[in-house]
Amino acid sequence: MIEVIAPGPYATVQDLGRPGFAHLGVPGSGAADAASMRLANRLVGNPEGLAGIELTFGSARLRFLIGAWAALAGAPVPAGPVRGAGMGAPFWVPAGAELRLGAPSRGLRTYLAVRGGIAVPPVLGSRSTDSLSGLGPEPLRAGTRLPVGPAEGGLVADYAPLPELGPAVLRVLPGPRDDWFVPAALAELCAAPYVVTQDSNRVGVRLRGPELVRARQGELPSEGMVTGAVQVPPSGQPIVFLADHPPTGGYPVIAVLRAADLAVAAQLRPGDEVRFTLQRSR
Amino acid sequence: MIRPHMIRPAGEHGLLVETGSLELSHRVDAALRRERPDRVVEIVPGPGTVLVVAPGGDRERLRERLADVLARERDRTPDAGPAGAAPVVTVPVVYDGADLEPVAELAGVGVDEVIARHTGCELVVGWLGFAPGFAYLTGLDPVLHVPRLGTPRTSVPAGSVAVAGPYSAVYPSASPGGWRLLGHTTLRVWDVAADPPSPFRPGTRVRFEPA
Repeated sequence: MIEVIAPGPYATVQDLGRPGFAHLGVPGSGAADAASMRLANRLVGNPEGLAGIELTFGSARLRFLIGAWAALAGAPVPAGPVRGAGMGAPFWVPAGAELRLGAPSRGLRTYLAVRGGIAVPPVLGSRSTDSLSGLGPEPLRAGTRLPVGPAEGGLVADYAPLPELGPAVLRVLPGPRDDWFVPAALAELCAAPYVVTQDSNRVGVRLRGPELVRARQGELPSEGMVTGAVQVPPSGQPIVFLADHPPTGGYPVIAVLRAADLAVAAQLRPGDEVRFTLQRSR
Repeated sequence: MIRPHMIRPAGEHGLLVETGSLELSHRVDAALRRERPDRVVEIVPGPGTVLVVAPGGDRERLRERLADVLARERDRTPDAGPAGAAPVVTVPVVYDGADLEPVAELAGVGVDEVIARHTGCELVVGWLGFAPGFAYLTGLDPVLHVPRLGTPRTSVPAGSVAVAGPYSAVYPSASPGGWRLLGHTTLRVWDVAADPPSPFRPGTRVRFEPA
């Protein structure tokens, strides 16, 4: 069992989400930066799909009521006072110890994996908190107690260099609805940086920058949306859909992120600048 | 002939099939669920499209496969369609909704007539969205096509049976909502412990009956 003393600004349990239910109106959910969640799991010898904790802006305090191996990945945060606690390598948290995590120096979301995984009851096959629909466990609060599952497989003590969080560049593939915009709109999207706004969350990264002008007016009939879609509401200011995006939407999607760049988008914090770069579809 | 623009790219792992009609979306959805091409994890029908998501698959092969399915389902005669095979869900309704009388006024008919027309047609689940298990039911009697509330309610109870525009719906869980409430049902239309969690899926036929 792990007891939350303080969750920081926003913290949830996340695994790799609940794919397969979009046709019933269920968001995919899961870790916003799934690559970091997978990495943290691998570092403690877990299968990649076990649940961990996704911290937003770090700043959490957790008491381990049992001793457990743990690992941190994603946005780098200072960790202590547990001996050896740090990013990108497994460390042992003794029973009764408190793990304190500070604010990230860069990036937004930090992932804590615990050997055995966070074992809250799954909902539709996933332990993820879906911030849009309310499925899954409540966001963490002071006093939340999280069960830890049984460990399987061997622990491979390892060290993973953390990916650089450099200037954010998001590679996009055009479509499916680039033809709803003026021909220059894709070039416009990639011409100048956008700024991440305060109202960004697990649903999407909301951006402010050059307006993307539509060629077609009128309403797009509701259609399925993928994670990483760059959706453009009537304001012309794009939104990059993250894990908790609605499975269907009625605003045209001008382009979609390369899958590998979802992790980059998920680490953007309000005020960050981000650039898009166009890749032609295969 | 399936032209390239009828199957649009939606990122590395997605393809958006343009069907142009809800009916064809349902046929393509049903065919893809039966046949489940390699690595497909999501099939999401909409009023004029079907989104197919297949991470890590061969997208060109999937594109060809989808073009085949689209051509085949489009060219089938409608009466050979799956309508007869689609499941029917009967929803018992207590017609005691707060908006029953205003809807009757807007429709220019009596309350009894509203109930008769709501129970008198067979609806079809168009697609689900807005919230898990929230099904947009198409085929509503045109007399009952009324606008949404000007100001949505902050909370509508689960099981509320409502209409808005050309659609009817059953609220799967409590949520804010601007649809006009005709009544309520005790039928649970969203249960995460059930498999499937909803009795509705795109194409399901639905009948309302007085409880």
